[in-house]
Amino acid sequence: MADYEGRSAGRGPSGKPLLGLAGKDILGIQEMGLGEIELILDTAESFKEVSTREIKKVPTLRGKTVINLFFEASTRTRTSFEIAAKRLSADTINISASSSSVVKGETLIDTAKNLEAMKPDCLVIRHSAAGAPHLLARLMDVPVINAGDGAHEHPTQALLDLFTVREKRGKIAGLKVAIVGDILHSRVARSNIFGFTKMGAEIHLTGPETMRPAEVERLGVRWYPRLEEVVSEVDVIMMLRIQLERQGGGFFPTLREYSRFFGLNLEVLKRARPEVLIMHPGPLNRGVEIAPEVADGPFSVILDQVTNGVAVRMALLYLLTGGEREANRSPS
Amino acid sequence: MNLLIKNARVIDPASQTDRPMDVLVEGEKIVEIGNGIPESRVGPSPSESEPGGSSFPGRRVIDGTGKVLVPGLIDMHCHLREPGFEYKETLESGSRAGAAGGYTSLACMANTLPVNDTRAVTEYILRQARGRALIHIFPIGAVTKALEGESLAEMGELKEAGVVALSDDGKPFVNAGLFRRALEYAKGFGLTIISHCEDPNLTGQGVMNEGFVSTTLGLRGIPNAAEEVMVLRDIALSELTGARIHFAHISTAGSVRAVRDGKARGVKVTAETAPHYFSLTDEAVRGFDPNAKMNPPLRTAKDVAAIIAGLKDGTLDAIATDHAPQTSIEKDVEFDYAANGIIGLETALPLTLKLVEDGHLTLVEAIGKLTVYPARILGLSKGVIQVGEDADLTLIDLNLQRVVEVSQFKSKSRNSPFQGWKLKGFAVMTIVAGRIVYHAPELS
Repeated sequence: MADYEGRSAGRGPSGKPLLGLAGKDILGIQEMGLGEIELILDTAESFKEVSTREIKKVPTLRGKTVINLFFEASTRTRTSFEIAAKRLSADTINISASSSSVVKGETLIDTAKNLEAMKPDCLVIRHSAAGAPHLLARLMDVPVINAGDGAHEHPTQALLDLFTVREKRGKIAGLKVAIVGDILHSRVARSNIFGFTKMGAEIHLTGPETMRPAEVERLGVRWYPRLEEVVSEVDVIMMLRIQLERQGGGFFPTLREYSRFFGLNLEVLKRARPEVLIMHPGPLNRGVEIAPEVADGPFSVILDQVTNGVAVRMALLYLLTGGEREANRSPS
Repeated sequence: MNLLIKNARVIDPASQTDRPMDVLVEGEKIVEIGNGIPESRVGPSPSESEPGGSSFPGRRVIDGTGKVLVPGLIDMHCHLREPGFEYKETLESGSRAGAAGGYTSLACMANTLPVNDTRAVTEYILRQARGRALIHIFPIGAVTKALEGESLAEMGELKEAGVVALSDDGKPFVNAGLFRRALEYAKGFGLTIISHCEDPNLTGQGVMNEGFVSTTLGLRGIPNAAEEVMVLRDIALSELTGARIHFAHISTAGSVRAVRDGKARGVKVTAETAPHYFSLTDEAVRGFDPNAKMNPPLRTAKDVAAIIAGLKDGTLDAIATDHAPQTSIEKDVEFDYAANGIIGLETALPLTLKLVEDGHLTLVEAIGKLTVYPARILGLSKGVIQVGEDADLTLIDLNLQRVVEVSQFKSKSRNSPFQGWKLKGFAVMTIVAGRIVYHAPELS
């Protein structure tokens, strides 16, 4: 990968805040340093206020172009990136797989190189194949943000989750976080495992044994076979969406049984700590992995996650495309 | 023409020979092996205009001092892509890659287009090879028509046309009943079946080894058991039918254990592995490099150790390349969509010699895995340095170091995970039927 002189603001003596990100891309939490995560969260904090203004727009990225290249259906993430870019005054273009030239048999690399030839300032990509953003990042000069690659990583989701927990609890270190459900196929789980672990939280996983990734404990997490064993122990319960197609794939017998043993309902929630945070990356399967009363209940921060997503993505766009010149200036 | 290779350290695994000697070649055969063979035996002095002359003119007496002379290497498992995929490799380019890697014989798999499942295709391959290939080409025929696993190919005619074994390599035999019949029928024609062991239901949509690395990368995993259940099944079928089965590209510790147990009970199975299964682990997939994608997938350090132990104790008889050329069209895509396979003809020898360097195998053992053992499995009277035998010979410089540079490969394809590796021990001269078909640029 090319060395992006200037962007790499250098990791100062420990404790000193960074002025920029180390690389040109945001591909995953695994490669991210603690200082970078903190920089992003701090920057997001200062951007959050923009969305509460009457005129929800700052000129920070005026003249910049952000392309959202989505090879997989997405409402929340794509919209969140689009709004984030627009609130920073960047121009945004959305390309979804159905309208792209992919159907004409063009390779991912060709599609991306053609887009790059039109001189965008940032490429946001979601793809069903793990590593697809990494392939593009290697070949392109333009910053690439991974908006979800297969079952690998969803770094912006993890950052907004970290942001939300830090906002609600004032810290992350020392907290216990449960991630529940289809860990095997979940990029949200992986990014959050990397992120929360780096920030000093303890991760507890649970779900059907069929959805337990091989040797997952080596990521520094603990596995529990049953949800009840975890609920009373943790400060945060993060429910994962169960893909309805998994039913019949041999991963669990029926959605009904899944819901009974791995769904979060009021009955299970009774065991939880009084100040527990309930999270979900969306979209919800109401009545399957999460009961409506829990999703809409007092412990749920699910919509806060969505709100914070915009702030976090504003921070990333700013740091990747505008941070170079303005790193020392206040964003607003 | 005649050739005299003087003072080379001659390795002949069949006779457990390892000592400095001279080897005299007349025409296509080895005629004398011994010490102090006079240069006068080579015949009249060389002429540049010699008809049918070698690509290394003017050299009839080769000083082998400090070098190792071994039987020409035999790759019992490669994909030469002709007919059908000539943009990836041809019999000619594959043979050049082989010659540069020290190989004098290649057995090419049947998954061409059309599939080598009839006499006509076998004859086509042999005809193309006769005109263009620098080294011997031995086609392997399909077990089932179009490799579809549904009905038997015409094995008898394939044998008549010149196939040396049968394999649906690339595809497993899912239908055990049909495979049983295939084994019985092939046995009647003296043909060994080479089995690609993989349970496709356990593989599922997997693209790499199932383990910690697949967990970290979020790539779908292929468990070791996908290979092992089929190895175990095939051992039972070999016992049932009395037919020989050769296992292709063994990659897991459990498979090594199963083959070892089977052999101990006298079951007529043999097995090969490939250099990447003892040189790399699934850690190579980090970074999503499509050149670390093959089937079976790269496994873990534990499996690598078991593969090396299997080579040492003879459980694994042969080292084959599974040379599988793919171009950027197949490889420069998302990891999930990238084609399987890597090329290996030009790196197999130094990677194998590293096992010697590291003290795992003796030189005689290592060379045996690349020569006489695969020859025996395929029923070829090759792979030996003995008087009266074919003059297929490879001269190796054990100390020659190179940094692997795929752009310098003779193969048409570039899909090697060993790009940039510093390797030691390369073929400096390859002799096929008494003709020098390759000499290394380093050889002055």
